[in-house]
Amino acid sequence: MSKQITVPFGPQHPVLPEPLHLDLVLEDETVVDVIPSIGYVHRGLEKLVEKREYTEYVFIAERICGICSFIHSQTYVQGIEQIMGLEVPERATYLRTIWGEYSRLHSHLLWLGLFADSMGFESVFMNAWRLREHILDDLEATTGGRVIQGVCKVGGVRKDITPEKLDEMLKGLRGMEHELNDLTNVFLNDSSMKHRLRGVGVLKKEDAYVLGAVGPTARGSGLAIDIRSTGYGALGKINFKPVVEYDGDCYARCAVRAKEMFTSIDIIEQCIKKIPDGPVDMKVTGAPDGEYFSRTEQPRGEVIHYIKGNGKKNLVRHRVRTPTFTNIPPLVTLLKGVDLADVPVVVLSIDPCIGCAER
Amino acid sequence: MTLFENTKIVISSLFTRPATLMYPAKPAKKTANTRGHVTINPAGCITCRTCQRKCPTQAINVDVKEKTWEIDNMRCVVCAVCVDTCPTTCLTMDNQYRPAMTARGGIEKVTVAGPKKKEPAAAPANGAKPAEKKE
Repeated sequence: MSKQITVPFGPQHPVLPEPLHLDLVLEDETVVDVIPSIGYVHRGLEKLVEKREYTEYVFIAERICGICSFIHSQTYVQGIEQIMGLEVPERATYLRTIWGEYSRLHSHLLWLGLFADSMGFESVFMNAWRLREHILDDLEATTGGRVIQGVCKVGGVRKDITPEKLDEMLKGLRGMEHELNDLTNVFLNDSSMKHRLRGVGVLKKEDAYVLGAVGPTARGSGLAIDIRSTGYGALGKINFKPVVEYDGDCYARCAVRAKEMFTSIDIIEQCIKKIPDGPVDMKVTGAPDGEYFSRTEQPRGEVIHYIKGNGKKNLVRHRVRTPTFTNIPPLVTLLKGVDLADVPVVVLSIDPCIGCAER
Repeated sequence: MTLFENTKIVISSLFTRPATLMYPAKPAKKTANTRGHVTINPAGCITCRTCQRKCPTQAINVDVKEKTWEIDNMRCVVCAVCVDTCPTTCLTMDNQYRPAMTARGGIEKVTVAGPKKKEPAAAPANGAKPAEKKE
Protein backbone atom coordinates (compact mmCIF):
# COMPACT_ATOMS: atom_id res chain seq x y z
CA MET A 1 0.00 0.00 0.00
CA SER A 2 1.40 3.34 -0.95
CA LYS A 3 1.68 6.33 1.34
CA GLN A 4 -1.38 8.53 1.79
CA ILE A 5 -1.13 12.27 1.36
CA THR A 6 -3.73 15.01 1.85
CA VAL A 7 -4.21 17.66 -0.79
CA PRO A 8 -6.39 20.70 -0.01
CA PHE A 9 -8.85 21.62 -2.76
CA GLY A 10 -10.40 25.07 -2.43
CA PRO A 11 -11.76 27.34 -1.05
CA GLN A 12 -9.87 29.35 -3.68
CA HIS A 13 -9.60 27.22 -6.78
CA PRO A 14 -9.79 28.30 -10.43
CA VAL A 15 -12.62 25.91 -11.17
CA LEU A 16 -14.82 26.78 -8.20
CA PRO A 17 -17.16 29.73 -8.61
CA GLU A 18 -17.77 29.75 -4.87
CA PRO A 19 -15.72 28.78 -1.81
CA LEU A 20 -15.95 25.10 -0.94
CA HIS A 21 -13.08 23.35 0.83
CA LEU A 22 -12.32 19.68 0.31
CA ASP A 23 -9.45 17.77 1.89
CA LEU A 24 -8.60 15.06 -0.62
CA VAL A 25 -6.81 12.02 0.79
CA LEU A 26 -4.78 10.54 -2.05
CA GLU A 27 -3.05 7.27 -2.64
CA ASP A 28 -0.78 7.92 -5.62
CA GLU A 29 -3.17 9.79 -7.94
CA THR A 30 -6.41 8.26 -6.70
CA VAL A 31 -8.74 9.89 -4.20
CA VAL A 32 -9.51 7.48 -1.36
CA ASP A 33 -11.29 9.82 1.04
CA VAL A 34 -12.75 13.31 1.06
CA ILE A 35 -13.40 15.59 4.02
CA PRO A 36 -15.62 18.52 3.01
CA SER A 37 -15.84 21.70 5.05
CA ILE A 38 -18.16 24.61 4.40
CA GLY A 39 -18.87 27.87 6.18
CA TYR A 40 -16.95 30.45 4.17
CA VAL A 41 -19.92 32.51 3.04
CA HIS A 42 -22.39 32.04 5.88
CA ARG A 43 -24.49 35.23 6.21
CA GLY A 44 -27.14 34.30 8.77
CA LEU A 45 -30.06 35.19 6.53
CA GLU A 46 -32.44 32.87 8.41
CA LYS A 47 -32.03 34.85 11.62
CA LEU A 48 -33.04 38.06 9.83
CA VAL A 49 -36.59 36.74 9.61
CA GLU A 50 -37.12 37.91 13.19
CA LYS A 51 -36.19 41.48 12.28
CA ARG A 52 -38.12 42.05 9.05
CA GLU A 53 -41.82 41.94 8.27
CA TYR A 54 -42.87 38.76 6.51
CA THR A 55 -43.77 40.73 3.38
CA GLU A 56 -40.36 42.38 3.17
CA TYR A 57 -38.50 39.15 3.91
CA VAL A 58 -39.31 37.98 0.35
CA PHE A 59 -36.43 40.11 -0.90
CA ILE A 60 -34.04 38.58 1.61
CA ALA A 61 -35.24 35.05 0.80
CA GLU A 62 -34.57 35.85 -2.84
CA ARG A 63 -31.01 36.87 -2.06
CA ILE A 64 -30.10 33.49 -0.55
CA CYS A 65 -28.77 32.62 -3.97
CA GLY A 66 -27.87 34.65 -7.02
CA ILE A 67 -28.86 32.02 -9.57
CA CYS A 68 -31.98 30.31 -8.25
CA SER A 69 -33.12 33.64 -6.79
CA PHE A 70 -36.62 33.65 -8.26
CA ILE A 71 -37.42 30.11 -7.13
CA HIS A 72 -36.30 30.90 -3.57
CA SER A 73 -38.74 33.80 -3.39
CA GLN A 74 -41.46 31.66 -5.00
CA THR A 75 -40.96 28.90 -2.44
CA TYR A 76 -41.05 31.30 0.48
CA VAL A 77 -44.12 33.10 -0.83
CA GLN A 78 -45.96 29.84 -1.52
CA GLY A 79 -45.30 28.75 2.06
CA ILE A 80 -46.72 31.99 3.47
CA GLU A 81 -49.75 31.71 1.19
CA GLN A 82 -50.39 28.15 2.35
CA ILE A 83 -50.28 29.20 6.02
CA MET A 84 -52.62 32.12 5.42
CA GLY A 85 -54.90 30.12 3.09
CA LEU A 86 -54.67 32.59 0.21
CA GLU A 87 -56.04 31.76 -3.25
CA VAL A 88 -53.54 33.41 -5.57
CA PRO A 89 -54.97 34.66 -8.90
CA GLU A 90 -54.41 32.08 -11.60
CA ARG A 91 -52.52 34.43 -13.90
CA ALA A 92 -49.98 35.05 -11.15
CA THR A 93 -49.28 31.31 -10.78
CA TYR A 94 -48.70 31.04 -14.53
CA LEU A 95 -46.36 34.03 -14.51
CA ARG A 96 -44.44 32.51 -11.59
CA THR A 97 -44.05 29.27 -13.50
CA ILE A 98 -42.81 31.10 -16.59
CA TRP A 99 -40.22 33.07 -14.63
CA GLY A 100 -39.24 29.95 -12.68
CA GLU A 101 -38.53 28.05 -15.88
CA TYR A 102 -36.66 31.03 -17.29
CA SER A 103 -34.39 31.00 -14.26
CA ARG A 104 -33.89 27.26 -14.67
CA LEU A 105 -32.86 27.87 -18.28
CA HIS A 106 -30.35 30.54 -17.33
CA SER A 107 -28.98 28.44 -14.48
CA HIS A 108 -28.46 25.40 -16.68
CA LEU A 109 -26.80 27.50 -19.39
CA LEU A 110 -24.51 29.02 -16.78
CA TRP A 111 -23.66 25.56 -15.49
CA LEU A 112 -23.00 24.12 -18.97
CA GLY A 113 -20.59 27.00 -19.55
CA LEU A 114 -18.79 26.50 -16.25
CA PHE A 115 -18.67 22.75 -16.80
CA ALA A 116 -17.06 23.19 -20.21
CA ASP A 117 -14.65 25.68 -18.67
CA SER A 118 -13.65 23.15 -16.01
CA MET A 119 -12.45 20.91 -18.81
CA GLY A 120 -10.69 23.75 -20.57
CA PHE A 121 -13.29 23.98 -23.39
CA GLU A 122 -13.47 27.74 -23.35
CA SER A 123 -15.27 28.44 -26.63
CA VAL A 124 -18.27 26.40 -25.48
CA PHE A 125 -18.17 28.27 -22.19
CA MET A 126 -18.47 31.58 -24.03
CA ASN A 127 -21.16 30.30 -26.37
CA ALA A 128 -23.26 29.01 -23.48
CA TRP A 129 -23.03 32.36 -21.73
CA ARG A 130 -23.85 34.20 -24.94
CA LEU A 131 -27.10 32.24 -25.17
CA ARG A 132 -27.75 32.91 -21.49
CA GLU A 133 -27.69 36.64 -22.25
CA HIS A 134 -30.90 36.28 -24.32
CA ILE A 135 -32.63 34.70 -21.34
CA LEU A 136 -31.34 37.41 -19.00
CA ASP A 137 -32.50 40.12 -21.41
CA ASP A 138 -36.03 38.70 -21.35
CA LEU A 139 -35.94 38.50 -17.57
CA GLU A 140 -34.77 42.11 -17.33
CA ALA A 141 -37.42 43.35 -19.75
CA THR A 142 -40.24 41.62 -17.88
CA THR A 143 -39.15 41.88 -14.25
CA GLY A 144 -36.62 44.70 -14.06
CA GLY A 145 -33.71 42.62 -12.82
CA ARG A 146 -31.32 40.30 -14.60
CA VAL A 147 -30.56 37.81 -11.84
CA ILE A 148 -32.43 39.23 -8.85
CA GLN A 149 -35.92 39.55 -10.27
CA GLY A 150 -37.79 40.73 -7.18
CA VAL A 151 -41.24 40.21 -8.68
CA CYS A 152 -42.72 37.71 -6.25
CA LYS A 153 -44.81 39.03 -3.41
CA VAL A 154 -47.22 37.51 -0.93
CA GLY A 155 -50.52 37.22 -2.80
CA GLY A 156 -49.26 37.31 -6.37
CA VAL A 157 -46.61 38.99 -8.47
CA ARG A 158 -45.60 42.63 -8.79
CA LYS A 159 -45.43 42.88 -12.56
CA ASP A 160 -47.59 41.67 -15.41
CA ILE A 161 -46.40 40.68 -18.88
CA THR A 162 -48.34 42.02 -21.86
CA PRO A 163 -49.61 39.48 -24.44
CA GLU A 164 -47.33 41.08 -27.07
CA LYS A 165 -44.29 40.58 -24.87
CA LEU A 166 -45.33 36.96 -24.19
CA ASP A 167 -45.49 36.31 -27.95
CA GLU A 168 -42.10 37.95 -28.39
CA MET A 169 -40.62 35.77 -25.63
CA LEU A 170 -42.05 32.66 -27.27
CA LYS A 171 -40.59 33.64 -30.64
CA GLY A 172 -37.22 34.33 -29.02
CA LEU A 173 -37.18 30.93 -27.33
CA ARG A 174 -38.12 29.15 -30.57
CA GLY A 175 -35.33 30.99 -32.35
CA MET A 176 -32.94 29.97 -29.60
CA GLU A 177 -33.86 26.30 -29.76
CA HIS A 178 -31.75 25.81 -32.88
CA GLU A 179 -28.68 27.31 -31.20
CA LEU A 180 -29.34 25.31 -28.02
CA ASN A 181 -29.41 22.16 -30.16
CA ASP A 182 -25.96 23.00 -31.48
CA LEU A 183 -24.69 23.60 -27.95
CA THR A 184 -26.13 20.44 -26.41
CA ASN A 185 -24.88 18.49 -29.41
CA VAL A 186 -21.34 19.32 -28.30
CA PHE A 187 -21.99 18.07 -24.76
CA LEU A 188 -23.82 14.90 -25.76
CA ASN A 189 -22.13 13.75 -28.96
CA ASP A 190 -18.61 15.16 -29.01
CA SER A 191 -16.07 12.33 -28.74
CA SER A 192 -13.60 14.19 -26.49
CA MET A 193 -16.43 15.18 -24.12
CA LYS A 194 -17.53 11.55 -23.94
CA HIS A 195 -13.97 10.43 -23.19
CA ARG A 196 -13.77 12.97 -20.42
CA LEU A 197 -17.16 12.29 -18.81
CA ARG A 198 -18.19 8.65 -19.39
CA GLY A 199 -17.63 6.43 -16.37
CA VAL A 200 -16.21 9.25 -14.23
CA GLY A 201 -17.71 9.74 -10.77
CA VAL A 202 -20.39 7.07 -10.84
CA LEU A 203 -23.23 7.32 -8.33
CA LYS A 204 -25.33 4.16 -8.11
CA LYS A 205 -29.10 4.39 -7.89
CA GLU A 206 -29.18 2.89 -4.37
CA ASP A 207 -26.43 5.24 -3.18
CA ALA A 208 -28.24 8.23 -4.65
CA TYR A 209 -31.39 7.26 -2.76
CA VAL A 210 -29.71 6.45 0.56
CA LEU A 211 -27.49 9.54 0.55
CA GLY A 212 -30.39 11.82 -0.31
CA ALA A 213 -29.31 13.10 -3.70
CA VAL A 214 -31.76 15.56 -5.26
CA GLY A 215 -32.28 17.19 -8.64
CA PRO A 216 -30.16 16.34 -11.67
CA THR A 217 -27.72 14.43 -9.44
CA ALA A 218 -30.50 12.00 -8.50
CA ARG A 219 -32.10 11.99 -11.95
CA GLY A 220 -28.73 11.20 -13.55
CA SER A 221 -28.65 8.02 -11.44
CA GLY A 222 -32.07 6.84 -12.51
CA LEU A 223 -34.21 8.27 -9.70
CA ALA A 224 -37.18 10.08 -11.20
CA ILE A 225 -37.47 12.63 -8.40
CA ASP A 226 -38.77 15.97 -9.68
CA ILE A 227 -40.81 18.13 -7.31
CA ARG A 228 -42.35 19.85 -10.32
CA SER A 229 -44.45 16.68 -10.67
CA THR A 230 -46.33 17.69 -7.50
CA GLY A 231 -47.86 20.48 -9.58
CA TYR A 232 -47.07 23.59 -7.55
CA GLY A 233 -47.81 26.92 -9.20
CA ALA A 234 -49.39 26.30 -12.58
CA LEU A 235 -47.37 23.13 -13.19
CA GLY A 236 -50.38 20.94 -12.36
CA LYS A 237 -51.99 22.00 -15.62
CA ILE A 238 -48.87 21.44 -17.71
CA ASN A 239 -47.78 18.18 -19.35
CA PHE A 240 -44.16 17.31 -18.85
CA LYS A 241 -41.99 14.36 -17.97
CA PRO A 242 -38.92 14.49 -15.74
CA VAL A 243 -35.69 13.84 -17.64
CA VAL A 244 -34.02 10.70 -16.30
CA GLU A 245 -30.69 9.12 -17.21
CA TYR A 246 -29.52 5.79 -15.82
CA ASP A 247 -25.71 5.69 -15.98
CA GLY A 248 -25.04 7.83 -12.90
CA ASP A 249 -21.76 9.22 -14.24
CA CYS A 250 -20.78 12.81 -15.09
CA TYR A 251 -22.06 12.35 -18.63
CA ALA A 252 -25.51 11.35 -17.36
CA ARG A 253 -25.76 14.38 -15.06
CA CYS A 254 -24.65 16.61 -17.92
CA ALA A 255 -27.22 15.03 -20.24
CA VAL A 256 -30.01 15.54 -17.70
CA ARG A 257 -29.31 19.27 -17.54
CA ALA A 258 -28.87 19.63 -21.29
CA LYS A 259 -32.20 17.90 -21.96
CA GLU A 260 -33.98 19.73 -19.15
CA MET A 261 -33.47 23.01 -20.99
CA PHE A 262 -35.78 21.76 -23.73
CA THR A 263 -38.32 20.62 -21.13
CA SER A 264 -38.23 24.13 -19.67
CA ILE A 265 -38.82 25.70 -23.07
CA ASP A 266 -41.72 23.30 -23.58
CA ILE A 267 -43.23 24.24 -20.19
CA ILE A 268 -42.90 27.97 -20.98
CA GLU A 269 -44.59 27.42 -24.35
CA GLN A 270 -47.51 25.58 -22.76
CA CYS A 271 -47.81 28.28 -20.07
CA ILE A 272 -47.87 31.10 -22.63
CA LYS A 273 -50.58 29.29 -24.61
CA LYS A 274 -52.73 28.55 -21.55
CA ILE A 275 -52.24 31.72 -19.49
CA PRO A 276 -55.62 33.20 -18.49
CA ASP A 277 -56.45 36.91 -18.24
CA GLY A 278 -57.13 38.55 -14.93
CA PRO A 279 -55.46 40.23 -12.00
CA VAL A 280 -51.94 39.31 -10.95
CA ASP A 281 -52.11 40.09 -7.26
CA MET A 282 -54.54 40.34 -4.36
CA LYS A 283 -54.82 42.32 -1.18
CA VAL A 284 -53.27 40.61 1.80
CA THR A 285 -54.23 41.41 5.36
CA GLY A 286 -53.23 39.83 8.61
CA ALA A 287 -50.15 37.79 9.35
CA PRO A 288 -49.28 34.09 9.08
CA ASP A 289 -50.09 31.94 12.09
CA GLY A 290 -48.89 28.37 11.73
CA GLU A 291 -46.13 26.41 10.08
CA TYR A 292 -45.53 24.94 6.67
CA PHE A 293 -42.92 23.02 4.67
CA SER A 294 -42.81 24.56 1.22
CA ARG A 295 -41.11 22.47 -1.47
CA THR A 296 -40.17 23.38 -5.02
CA GLU A 297 -37.73 22.21 -7.66
CA GLN A 298 -34.73 24.44 -8.18
CA PRO A 299 -32.30 24.02 -11.05
CA ARG A 300 -30.09 22.10 -8.60
CA GLY A 301 -32.82 20.03 -6.99
CA GLU A 302 -35.45 20.12 -4.31
CA VAL A 303 -35.47 23.09 -1.94
CA ILE A 304 -37.44 23.13 1.29
CA HIS A 305 -38.44 26.29 3.13
CA TYR A 306 -39.76 25.69 6.63
CA ILE A 307 -41.76 28.71 7.78
CA LYS A 308 -43.29 29.26 11.20
CA GLY A 309 -45.34 32.29 12.21
CA ASN A 310 -47.21 33.22 15.36
CA GLY A 311 -49.74 35.69 14.01
CA LYS A 312 -47.40 38.68 14.23
CA LYS A 313 -45.75 40.66 11.45
CA ASN A 314 -42.39 38.99 12.08
CA LEU A 315 -42.01 35.26 11.56
CA VAL A 316 -40.63 33.06 14.32
CA ARG A 317 -38.52 30.67 12.30
CA HIS A 318 -37.39 30.21 8.75
CA ARG A 319 -35.24 27.27 7.78
CA VAL A 320 -34.00 26.51 4.29
CA ARG A 321 -32.69 23.17 3.15
CA THR A 322 -31.00 23.79 -0.17
CA PRO A 323 -30.17 21.22 -2.85
CA THR A 324 -26.40 21.72 -2.70
CA PHE A 325 -26.35 21.05 1.04
CA THR A 326 -28.11 17.72 0.40
CA ASN A 327 -25.83 16.89 -2.50
CA ILE A 328 -22.60 17.14 -0.50
CA PRO A 329 -22.80 13.55 0.95
CA PRO A 330 -23.31 12.11 -2.56
CA LEU A 331 -20.38 14.27 -3.72
CA VAL A 332 -18.12 12.63 -1.12
CA THR A 333 -19.12 9.20 -2.40
CA LEU A 334 -18.68 10.30 -6.01
CA LEU A 335 -15.14 11.49 -5.43
CA LYS A 336 -13.88 8.24 -3.89
CA GLY A 337 -11.91 6.38 -6.51
CA VAL A 338 -11.55 9.14 -9.11
CA ASP A 339 -8.22 10.53 -10.29
CA LEU A 340 -7.00 13.83 -8.93
CA ALA A 341 -7.25 15.34 -12.43
CA ASP A 342 -10.96 14.45 -12.58
CA VAL A 343 -11.83 16.08 -9.26
CA PRO A 344 -12.79 19.51 -10.72
CA VAL A 345 -15.15 17.93 -13.25
CA VAL A 346 -16.78 15.69 -10.65
CA VAL A 347 -17.20 18.54 -8.16
CA LEU A 348 -18.83 20.72 -10.80
CA SER A 349 -21.07 17.88 -12.00
CA ILE A 350 -23.33 18.30 -8.94
CA ASP A 351 -23.57 22.04 -9.73
CA PRO A 352 -22.41 23.27 -6.31
CA CYS A 353 -23.97 26.52 -5.15
CA ILE A 354 -22.28 27.34 -1.88
CA GLY A 355 -24.11 30.62 -1.42
CA CYS A 356 -27.29 28.55 -1.23
CA ALA A 357 -25.82 25.85 0.97
CA GLU A 358 -24.64 28.24 3.68
CA ARG A 359 -27.25 30.98 3.54
CA MET B 1 -15.58 14.34 -38.60
CA THR B 2 -15.77 16.10 -35.29
CA LEU B 3 -12.50 17.83 -36.10
CA PHE B 4 -14.18 19.80 -38.82
CA GLU B 5 -17.34 20.57 -36.87
CA ASN B 6 -15.63 23.57 -35.34
CA THR B 7 -14.18 24.70 -38.65
CA LYS B 8 -17.68 25.51 -39.94
CA ILE B 9 -18.31 27.71 -36.93
CA VAL B 10 -14.92 29.39 -37.25
CA ILE B 11 -15.50 30.23 -40.92
CA SER B 12 -18.98 31.60 -40.28
CA SER B 13 -17.64 33.62 -37.34
CA LEU B 14 -15.04 35.26 -39.58
CA PHE B 15 -17.77 36.92 -41.59
CA THR B 16 -20.11 37.97 -38.79
CA ARG B 17 -19.98 40.83 -36.34
CA PRO B 18 -18.49 40.25 -32.91
CA ALA B 19 -20.99 38.71 -30.49
CA THR B 20 -19.70 40.84 -27.61
CA LEU B 21 -21.17 44.23 -26.83
CA MET B 22 -18.98 47.31 -27.24
CA TYR B 23 -19.86 48.29 -23.71
CA PRO B 24 -17.93 51.45 -22.78
CA ALA B 25 -18.26 52.86 -26.31
CA LYS B 26 -21.96 52.02 -26.53
CA PRO B 27 -24.05 52.38 -23.38
CA ALA B 28 -25.46 49.20 -21.90
CA LYS B 29 -28.98 48.40 -23.04
CA LYS B 30 -31.69 49.18 -20.56
CA THR B 31 -35.36 48.39 -20.63
CA ALA B 32 -38.20 50.51 -19.30
CA ASN B 33 -38.61 48.05 -16.41
CA THR B 34 -34.95 48.03 -15.38
CA ARG B 35 -34.45 48.90 -11.75
CA GLY B 36 -31.50 51.29 -11.76
CA HIS B 37 -31.78 53.62 -8.80
CA VAL B 38 -34.42 55.41 -6.74
CA THR B 39 -35.09 59.08 -7.41
CA ILE B 40 -37.24 61.45 -5.42
CA ASN B 41 -39.34 64.46 -6.33
CA PRO B 42 -38.70 66.62 -3.22
CA ALA B 43 -41.83 68.71 -3.77
CA GLY B 44 -44.11 65.67 -3.43
CA CYS B 45 -42.67 64.09 -0.26
CA ILE B 46 -44.86 64.46 2.86
CA THR B 47 -42.32 62.76 5.21
CA CYS B 48 -44.78 60.00 6.08
CA ARG B 49 -41.85 57.55 6.55
CA THR B 50 -43.63 54.67 4.78
CA CYS B 51 -40.54 54.08 2.64
CA GLN B 52 -38.32 54.00 5.72
CA ARG B 53 -40.50 51.40 7.43
CA LYS B 54 -40.91 49.20 4.37
CA CYS B 55 -37.27 49.23 3.22
CA PRO B 56 -35.85 45.71 3.73
CA THR B 57 -32.28 46.99 4.09
CA GLN B 58 -33.03 50.12 6.13
CA ALA B 59 -31.35 52.27 3.49
CA ILE B 60 -33.81 55.16 3.74
CA ASN B 61 -33.86 57.61 6.63
CA VAL B 62 -36.52 60.31 6.82
CA ASP B 63 -36.15 63.13 9.31
CA VAL B 64 -39.54 64.66 9.98
CA LYS B 65 -38.26 67.65 11.98
CA GLU B 66 -35.46 68.57 9.60
CA LYS B 67 -37.63 67.68 6.59
CA THR B 68 -34.93 65.63 4.92
CA TRP B 69 -35.06 62.39 2.98
CA GLU B 70 -31.82 60.43 2.96
CA ILE B 71 -30.86 57.28 1.05
CA ASP B 72 -27.73 55.23 1.50
CA ASN B 73 -27.09 53.92 -1.99
CA MET B 74 -24.56 51.41 -0.70
CA ARG B 75 -27.29 49.75 1.39
CA CYS B 76 -30.07 50.07 -1.18
CA VAL B 77 -30.76 46.80 -3.05
CA VAL B 78 -33.10 48.49 -5.56
CA CYS B 79 -36.09 46.28 -4.77
CA ALA B 80 -38.52 49.16 -5.50
CA VAL B 81 -40.69 48.53 -2.43
CA CYS B 82 -40.46 52.23 -1.53
CA VAL B 83 -41.60 53.16 -5.03
CA ASP B 84 -44.58 50.78 -4.78
CA THR B 85 -45.67 51.90 -1.33
CA CYS B 86 -45.12 55.68 -1.59
CA PRO B 87 -48.59 57.23 -1.05
CA THR B 88 -47.80 60.41 -3.01
CA THR B 89 -45.82 58.60 -5.76
CA CYS B 90 -42.98 61.06 -5.34
CA LEU B 91 -40.47 58.17 -5.50
CA THR B 92 -39.70 56.81 -8.93
CA MET B 93 -37.37 54.20 -10.34
CA ASP B 94 -34.78 55.40 -12.82
CA ASN B 95 -33.53 52.76 -15.24
CA GLN B 96 -29.90 53.90 -15.17
CA TYR B 97 -27.53 52.26 -12.71
CA ARG B 98 -25.56 54.45 -10.33
CA PRO B 99 -21.89 54.87 -11.16
CA ALA B 100 -19.25 53.45 -8.82
CA MET B 101 -19.16 55.25 -5.48
CA THR B 102 -17.44 55.33 -2.12
CA ALA B 103 -19.24 54.49 1.11
CA ARG B 104 -19.51 58.14 2.06
CA GLY B 105 -20.38 59.29 -1.45
CA GLY B 106 -23.30 56.87 -1.60
CA ILE B 107 -25.33 58.85 0.90
CA GLU B 108 -27.73 61.21 -0.77
CA LYS B 109 -29.62 63.75 1.31
CA VAL B 110 -32.53 65.80 -0.04
CA THR B 111 -34.52 68.53 1.64
CA VAL B 112 -38.17 67.83 0.99
CA ALA B 113 -41.41 69.82 1.13
CA GLY B 114 -42.75 68.00 4.17
CA PRO B 115 -46.36 67.47 5.19
CA LYS B 116 -48.90 69.54 3.28
CA LYS B 117 -50.97 70.31 6.35
CA LYS B 118 -50.45 74.04 6.06
CA GLU B 119 -52.18 74.53 2.73
CA PRO B 120 -54.94 71.87 2.41
CA ALA B 121 -55.34 71.29 6.12
CA ALA B 122 -55.49 75.02 6.85
CA ALA B 123 -58.88 75.43 5.20
CA PRO B 124 -60.64 72.53 6.98
CA ALA B 125 -58.92 73.50 10.23
CA ASN B 126 -60.24 77.01 9.97
CA GLY B 127 -63.61 75.61 9.07
CA ALA B 128 -63.57 73.10 11.89
CA LYS B 129 -62.50 75.41 14.67
CA PRO B 130 -65.40 77.82 14.30
CA ALA B 131 -67.72 74.86 14.10
CA GLU B 132 -66.45 73.62 17.46
CA LYS B 133 -66.86 77.03 18.94
CA LYS B 134 -70.44 77.21 17.79
CA GLU B 135 -71.21 73.99 19.59
